This record gives sequence, C-alpha cells and structure tokens, in this order.
Amino acid sequence: MEALSGLLVVRPGPLTTVQDLGRRGVAHLGVPRAGALDEPALRAANRLVGNEPGAAGLETTLGGVALRALGPVVVAVTGAPSPVRVDGRAAAWGAPVAVPAGAVLEVGAATAGVRGYLAVAGAIAVPPVLGSRSTDLLSGLGPAPLAAGDRLPVGPPPPDRPRPDLVPLPAPPAELVLRLRLGPRADWFEPSALTRLARDGYLVSPAGNRIGLRTEGPPVTRARAGELPSEGMVLGAVQIPPDGRPVVFLADHPTTGGYPVIGVVPAADLAAAAQARPGTPVRFVLLRER
Amino acid sequence: MTPAAVRRVGERALLVELDDTAQVAALYGWLRERQESRALGAVEEIVPAARTVLLDGVADVDALAALLRTARPSAAAAATGPLVEVPTVYDGADLAEVAALWGVSEEAAVRIHTGPEYVVAFCGFAPGFGYLTGLPPRYEVPRRATPRSSVPVGSVALAGPYTGVYPGSSPGGWQLIGRTGLALWDTGREPAALLAPGVRVRFTAERA
Repeated sequence: MEALSGLLVVRPGPLTTVQDLGRRGVAHLGVPRAGALDEPALRAANRLVGNEPGAAGLETTLGGVALRALGPVVVAVTGAPSPVRVDGRAAAWGAPVAVPAGAVLEVGAATAGVRGYLAVAGAIAVPPVLGSRSTDLLSGLGPAPLAAGDRLPVGPPPPDRPRPDLVPLPAPPAELVLRLRLGPRADWFEPSALTRLARDGYLVSPAGNRIGLRTEGPPVTRARAGELPSEGMVLGAVQIPPDGRPVVFLADHPTTGGYPVIGVVPAADLAAAAQARPGTPVRFVLLRER
Repeated sequence: MTPAAVRRVGERALLVELDDTAQVAALYGWLRERQESRALGAVEEIVPAARTVLLDGVADVDALAALLRTARPSAAAAATGPLVEVPTVYDGADLAEVAALWGVSEEAAVRIHTGPEYVVAFCGFAPGFGYLTGLPPRYEVPRRATPRSSVPVGSVALAGPYTGVYPGSSPGGWQLIGRTGLALWDTGREPAALLAPGVRVRFTAERA
C-alpha cells in the first residue's frame, strides 16, 4: 500500500499557485511563460531545502496558506515576510523548517510584500505541462489555484548537497524603482511624454495581478492615433493602453498584444515589482542607449 | 525582401517589422530552418504576428540583428510545414450570413472555403489558436458586431483575412461557419498544437 505523503491543503489563502521557472519555447503557440513572479525568492527557498533552484514550489498572495504534512517534510518560506507556525508554534521564516507527519504548517498573512514562496524538499510533484508545473492564470494551463482539500504530491527527497542556513533577500520595496529601456514603440509617444513618465509619480494599482503590474498616475499621451497590429510581447514590456496608465507585463502576460510598448523593464527589476503592494510609489528610470 | 526595420526590445529581444503577413511567414520559415541547423545562435522564442516577428531570449542580440539585416527569405520558405487536414461540418450559425456577404449560396461558400491551401501565419488569443491565411482578399468578412460569450470548441470561423479554429470553448467575435471534431490542442500530445505557425491546412467538407 502506498504510504501517505504529500501536503493536504487546509486553508488555500486568497491565491496560492504552483510555480517553477515557467515555460520556454512555446510562445509561438500562444502559451504564456508563467513561473514565479519573484524568481530569486523561489530559488532561495529551494536552495534552503536542498532542491534544484528552479524546482516547483508554492506562490502565496498576501494571505499565506495552511497545509497538513501527510508525511515528514522539510520546508522553507521566503519572499514576502510572514509568520510561520508548525502546529501553532512559531517557526523560522527564511530558513529550513522540519514539519512532522500530521502537523499543520501555517504561513500567516504577509507583514510586508505580496508574494510568499514555500519550497518543500523533493518539490511539488504535480505532472508537468509543456515542460513546467507552473499555473498559468491567463490561459489556464497547469494546476488550478489551490483549494481546501487538495492533496499536493511531493517528490522524493533531493540528494545531499551543500545548503545554506540563510539566504539574503531584499526587503519588499518602499518605493518601486523600475529601470526602463525605451522601445520598441517609444516613437508612438511625444518626447515630452517620455520625460514625464520618468519625472511624474505613479502608484501601484490594486488592479494588478500575475499578468501585469498596473499603475495609477498621470496618463502617458500618444503622439499618434491609430492601431498597432498585435505583435509579440516580452516579460517586462510596459504597454500603454488607451487610458494612458502604464502596465508592466509580468509572468502570465499574453504572448502578443496590440497596445504600443513604450519600453521594457529588465527582468532583474521584476522581483521587486512582484512584492510592491498597492499604493507603493513607482519611479521609472530611463536607461540611456549604448 | 529585407526586413523594414529591426527594433530592440529590452536587453534580450528583437522585433523585426515586415510589410505583410506573407513576409512574416517567409521570415519565420527562414528563421526556423536556421534554428534547426543551429545557425541562429541561442534564441528562446520566435513569435510571429501579423506584421512582425519577435525574437526573445537572444544570447547575442547584436549578432542576430546583423544577421537579420542580411536575411533574404523567399516565399518558398513559408510553406514548408506539415499538411493538416481539418474535416469540417459546415453548419455554423453564421454560414448564411457569410454566404450573403460573399453573394453566393451556402453550398458555394463551402466550396470557396474548402478551395485553398491555408498556412498558419501566427498563433495568439489562446494557446493553439492559429490565424490561417490563404482565403483570397475578396472574401474578407468583419467580426460580429457583438461577440458571443461562448463559442463551442472546434468551431471553424472567419474574421478579417483570417480563418481560425477555436481550440477550446471561449468567448469570441468571429463568424462561425462550421465545426470540426479534430482535437487542435492537447497538452498530453506531441505536438500539443496541431495548428502551429508554418503548418499548412486544408478544410474538407463532411456530412453532419
């Protein structure tokens, strides 16, 4: 008889999904990349439990998650700082935590930031779809967001390898600074609009999600009217929709889109974007051409 | 033909602009051939669209930009994909309207649609949804004024210059002319998408 193993979802939290590093090489089929929004935080959690850095873990959103360990597991929680409890007792955040069989691991509401990452030694072993276990909320690929009563399979323990006791990670940002390399459609906007984009203050909008970080602030006005035929979109692309409020594309972004892209935020800046709460000030810093 | 422009998209991507969808198909075929023979350098994604080809996850952006400026793909490079036959029951809710727009009977409309060999120019909207070109320009039809909240899976539909087949049930504004039982999108199968860019397609009329 198969031994009980894995994790049972006691409380799924507002939005908890399985994430690894996402899908590559399938954008031409209309498949979004998906994957952890704060990739360094997922990698750190995996290293803490001895997994490959890109192994599948859980991404929580603001409200945490509670799971019953069906067998003994080692976990680590990173990303948005939050209280961690095992059967009601305080446990470490950002460090490996042993959870005995039958115990309930609780990740509480984030005290700062937005997305928490929970890695379990052996990784979440749902079947991969197109090379990834990630949930893609735009097209519905991968496992559905967690629901109470779901059982998550966990893979065999990873081989012994050096693992850190602690991994330094930046605190969630008080101000979100996004570098912006202009193009490919910066010529659809007045030069003054580009200057204002860098000068004027924006705020993170509560309407954002895994598809894009939405902003509130003065509208960026176009130099020309008309429509752009849909074209391929990259991670970090800053689209200007008709309302003029910049949208920064995150992991679940559509593979093509028809609003002009004023510039692209380097992927290295997107981990902070994943942790910026609504109301956080956003500052775009224009990168000079080489 | 040469690309009209090669634009930088952030640190690791290039957007190639072309004059029309036929040139996109030719360049996409040219790029795929070079990718398969490892003559392209490391590129994660090649995403064709209506007038552009995006190359993302590029290891050496400058070298690839230089290569693209010398690209001379021929139209023959466009239609080298496999041929997929799509058996279709032509009983769509909008068939009569489309036939009226074309000024022909429904039977003639079916003959017109089953005539050409199509090519998947690009995908988008949903995983596995291909935009097929090949219908002569005089048969372009507008999208429906009011999109349907749910279009059944397998619906064969028209909009603008394109034919498409809905890979799953979804909202949609295209004109529905028929349906196929062929599974266009199956993530448990290799390939997951039957209608990937470059694939050639023929529609055949079937009885209900």
